[in-house]
Amino acid sequence: MARSAVGVVFCNIQDKNIPELSALRAIASVPFAGRYRLIDFALSNLVNAGITTVGIVTKNNYQSLIDHIGSGKDWDLARKDGGIILLPPYSNETDAPYTNRLEALKGVMSFLRHRNEDYVVLYDGDGVARLDITDVVRFHEQAGADITMVYQETMGTPSHYYMTLETGADNRVSAVSINPVLGQKKVNQYMNVMVMQREYLMNIIQNAAQSGLSSFGRDILSKNVDYIKIYGYKFDGYYAGMASLSAYFKANMDMLDKNIRDELFGARDIYTKVRDSAPSKYMNGCAVKNSLISDGCYIEGTVENSILFRGVKVGKGSVVKNSVLMQDTVVGSSVRLDCVITDKNVVIRDRRNLAGCEELPYYIAKGKML
Amino acid sequence: MQRKKECVAMLLAGGQGSRLYALTNKIAKPAVAFGAKYRIIDFPLSNCVNSGIDTVGVLTQYEPMELNEYIGNGQPWDLDRSFGGVHILSPYQAKKKSSWYEGTANAIYQNMNFMKKYNPDYVLILSGDHIYKMNYAKMVRAHIESNADCTIAAIEVPIQEASRFGILNVRDDGSIYQFEEKPKVPKSNLASMGIYVFSAEKLYKYLEMDDQNSTSSKDFGKDVLPAMLAAGEKMMSYRFEGYWKDVGTIPALWESNMDLLGVDPAFDVSDPTWKIHSRNPLAPPEYISETGKVDNSMIALGCEISGNVYNSVLSSNVVVEQGATVTDSIIMSGTVIKSGASVQYSVIDEHVTVGNNAVVGEEKAHAQGITVLGRDITVADGAVVSSGAIIDKDYKGD
Repeated sequence: MARSAVGVVFCNIQDKNIPELSALRAIASVPFAGRYRLIDFALSNLVNAGITTVGIVTKNNYQSLIDHIGSGKDWDLARKDGGIILLPPYSNETDAPYTNRLEALKGVMSFLRHRNEDYVVLYDGDGVARLDITDVVRFHEQAGADITMVYQETMGTPSHYYMTLETGADNRVSAVSINPVLGQKKVNQYMNVMVMQREYLMNIIQNAAQSGLSSFGRDILSKNVDYIKIYGYKFDGYYAGMASLSAYFKANMDMLDKNIRDELFGARDIYTKVRDSAPSKYMNGCAVKNSLISDGCYIEGTVENSILFRGVKVGKGSVVKNSVLMQDTVVGSSVRLDCVITDKNVVIRDRRNLAGCEELPYYIAKGKML
Repeated sequence: MQRKKECVAMLLAGGQGSRLYALTNKIAKPAVAFGAKYRIIDFPLSNCVNSGIDTVGVLTQYEPMELNEYIGNGQPWDLDRSFGGVHILSPYQAKKKSSWYEGTANAIYQNMNFMKKYNPDYVLILSGDHIYKMNYAKMVRAHIESNADCTIAAIEVPIQEASRFGILNVRDDGSIYQFEEKPKVPKSNLASMGIYVFSAEKLYKYLEMDDQNSTSSKDFGKDVLPAMLAAGEKMMSYRFEGYWKDVGTIPALWESNMDLLGVDPAFDVSDPTWKIHSRNPLAPPEYISETGKVDNSMIALGCEISGNVYNSVLSSNVVVEQGATVTDSIIMSGTVIKSGASVQYSVIDEHVTVGNNAVVGEEKAHAQGITVLGRDITVADGAVVSSGAIIDKDYKGD
């Protein structure tokens, strides 16, 4: 990496997009693709760019996140200097925990002040992509940008909080729109990753606090496109933003596509917490087609077009189709599932028949027994 | 007061494992893959941590690189400790003399300082070539309760096989009165498992004596244990009941892998109360495609299966292309079975390419033996590798 950078990952800031999955956990620790959590992509991309210090900004429901990250060793981020730095919210009798990104950043000022890296990568831990951060920083330097925002050209996907960019021929951003109403047209969707100089960010935070600004998107970016040099870095690879439960469902199903899987995982450098599960067992008479199966599974029935997380059991005579079954889900015998998402530790008793549809997958909350 | 460990384990991992042929050309036997995601050494190491023994010396000699890399700082087994933990002990150059490990006893003798550093009351000697789950803490307890100087784990084997083992002849109370190394006419079927608990001071004493004895072959089974018995030390047997397999031969390695399969497997690696720890592969979940068919098999992360896999054990990142069939076989990490190929009753090492429409081995019922392909080789498209063959170079056919 040309110049040094430090990462700051916001773990809760996009929670509202999937309230079902983020009810019990920060969105960054939502399980994904059989053995990962969303934050694994942010952390792995940062680490693969040679970044060895990552601040983890949390707000609430972050127990599962902390359990997942541990000391950071699985990402080689258990370091004497830097490594994973947990930044839980700061509050006292007069100050409540942060309610927006600027306040969140204000809470991590001392972390930023005590580092000596040149750049900061602000990364919301909710997107799935294999993003070359080294290249983003190089682009930022070459463009002489104040702020570089990573975006993808896409058909608009509405979510609770999102931004779109308008860019000129030289990639200079000429407008930033916040929560625009989208029709069926191409937009440059901001991917919730931006780069700037550490000193520059610290100035923004200080000025914002003094002027009482409250929205990073509106007050810093949108209003100032003519005064500060905001550049867009166009990303052409696979990107899944988690705009809703159905977007989450679709992104999981995308992993059944070999090209996407190879792009994300082909280099085997997306890191995650490891658990010592035994390899999966496929029993006599099972039938598994077009599915991803993580370790520790025990399959006696039929599984098609599905994602099975660690330790999932599928009993005899059961048919699981188009479904995402999270860790330790137990499917009894003669069960039929279609377009179902089960959260962790769900038990589905024998002969149950459950179905949703792609636009509205049937979601079963953590620990439920049906 | 000096910090100490009640029990230190010394794991003999220097063996070449010559009867595993091509599988140990480049790696030591304890580093051989087992059960889709494990290596043989994971079993004694996991037994140690599950038994509460957190100080383990691993004695390496033959082709140690891969084993050293695999064990690393011991973190996958929770053995990265500031006091204790796992340590690789290689032969070294000393001021007065330096030598390779000459025998099992000599290997331990040369690492006397390692053991003494922890001031243990007991030393547990293990070997790195068996598949089993055993609570060593119970054995150490039995050693203490019987006031023994040395306790040897023992298992009953079929009497017709007893002549392949070191046999313990014991009294009713389990005390040993005679050793017989591979007896032609065994008196009993109680075999030594090569697992010993010594009271530390006794071990040091007899290792010193053995080192002075120029006629000794420096081996525990042949020299040290008989010397202790002859001197009247109290030697006890410790009965073990359960699955225990020496995987030092190709058929034994194959069988032991197959013992993992089925509804009620002979050996279960998924017991949550006795986890087998290992270094986990960095790979996405395995993918079974539209054309893939998997039956009665164990498959590890990162595999891509578009062909047929029956009664087999596949390690991480194995590719089985469309139209290929793998039956009754063990396939190790990173191997690719190309389209239309057939693999039957075989053990295929890591990073092998089996070419399009190649045929490896024969149906088990008719085969001459298990076919073995060594690591990193390529079997050419359409080539036929006959059953029972052991191939360790690229193969184009006869």
